Amino acid sequence: MTVALRRVAASPAFGRLIVIAVLLAIWEIAARRFVDPMFLAPPSQVVWRIGAMFGTRGVPAAIEITLFELVVAFALSAAIGITVGLVLGLNDFSRRSFMPMVLLVYGMPQITILPLFILYFGIGAASKIAFGVTHGTFPIIVTVAAGVQNIRPILLTCARSMGANFWQQLRHVIFPHVVPTLFTGMRLGMTGVLLGVLLAELYVSTAGIGYFTTLFTQNFDPTRLLGLVGTLAAIAIVLNALMRSLERRFGRWRD
Amino acid sequence: MSGGAKPVSRAAVIAVQIAVPVVLVALWYLATTRWGVSRILLPNPVAALQAFIRVLTTGAFLGDLRVTLFELLVAFAISATSGVVAGYLISRSTWRIRVFEPLFSAIYSVPLILFLPLYVLWFGLGPASKIALGASISFFPVALNTIAGFGHVDRTLVTAARAMGASDVQLFRFVLLPAAFPIILAGMRLGFTVALLSIIGSEALASLAGLGHHIVELSENMEMPGMFAYIAFVVAIAAMLNLVVSTLEARGRRP
Repeated sequence: MTVALRRVAASPAFGRLIVIAVLLAIWEIAARRFVDPMFLAPPSQVVWRIGAMFGTRGVPAAIEITLFELVVAFALSAAIGITVGLVLGLNDFSRRSFMPMVLLVYGMPQITILPLFILYFGIGAASKIAFGVTHGTFPIIVTVAAGVQNIRPILLTCARSMGANFWQQLRHVIFPHVVPTLFTGMRLGMTGVLLGVLLAELYVSTAGIGYFTTLFTQNFDPTRLLGLVGTLAAIAIVLNALMRSLERRFGRWRD
Repeated sequence: MSGGAKPVSRAAVIAVQIAVPVVLVALWYLATTRWGVSRILLPNPVAALQAFIRVLTTGAFLGDLRVTLFELLVAFAISATSGVVAGYLISRSTWRIRVFEPLFSAIYSVPLILFLPLYVLWFGLGPASKIALGASISFFPVALNTIAGFGHVDRTLVTAARAMGASDVQLFRFVLLPAAFPIILAGMRLGFTVALLSIIGSEALASLAGLGHHIVELSENMEMPGMFAYIAFVVAIAAMLNLVVSTLEARGRRP
């Protein structure tokens, strides 16, 4: 029994819990004793009042809208990214012509063109989705193209000499080899989509979470602000963990 | 790459790379002069070029550039030192690495720009909130790379140095530091890029001055040629800063 307990106490997961607990305790004490309640709410109160945060008129709808934007932007990024990535990876000419351009645009600070997205796509969901797509597509293109390029040419030649047509090559040679990098790309794409959508939301928003973060900040309501931001951070962590486990799950066959 | 395809001619690749931007600019020009796309949505490229030259020659950007560079340098100085120190302390025991590394990478996977409203609440609209946000965001890549650098030094090297009677200081100076240095530098470059992005981003979202702020100001005044020019200017500044940092990294890597 004591041995088991000692093993638990020595495990990194337990240590992590202790670290989190200590940080929460510091936050709690700071918020209760030292900081003006207009600026910081103790974590106990944030959790306690999270129901009230969700009860604020429009907040559940706002989270729903943001999730909708994330899903649509991710689906579009994946579709565009995989298609373009396959084309660039499979065709030597298009890769050598266009890959430098793709990398150039990928390296650009996209935040600078955010006002243009609002101008072209309006202040609704469309601009958030579009900005999410431009953030999510490029990492997927780059990783998929790299993954396709790494397929040993002998495999393709072999398939072709056995009479496989393009779709059969895609289905039986290219696809299985790309799957692990594909999921790495999708994970990076998800990180990009989250960043793009949230940036656009925070920039201007009439019904999404950006509207409510601004509202809670202007009302000096840190309890609800922390509740909302915490919820979104939790969503981001869950989505990333999901992509990571998919990446591991589908990358396993190669080992 | 596909088996029997003949090698791609270099000239064709270069022709495509020149043709694509030329065609895009031509389409842009025709769209504004012939096809009646509103000047409010898309300025004339000639007007944008004139505005760009005006931005460069009048030097009116100096004030905003100074604010952004100041925020960037302070934020990066904070995150680089704290990231390296925290990373080094954590890397000194495998247990600590296993406690903190997953914690840091989980936090790093969250788009921390989400917390901008809180930072604005705490530090106001001025440079302080941008510095704090930029420092917090860029802390994680630096710390994670420092942990990776110091944490995974080849055991044989350490044992060999110890066997030859190296003191703690000598071990650090001649074994640990040279092994970890390139990885830490890579982390710093990543941290710098992330800090630059988040500072320009937070200036665009909520601030009183700075490069990001100026873009938004121009867009709100519907000064389209000026805005396009300023976007190009900020992109160029970001590219130059990244080039400087990459060069420094490459130089520091050389033993």
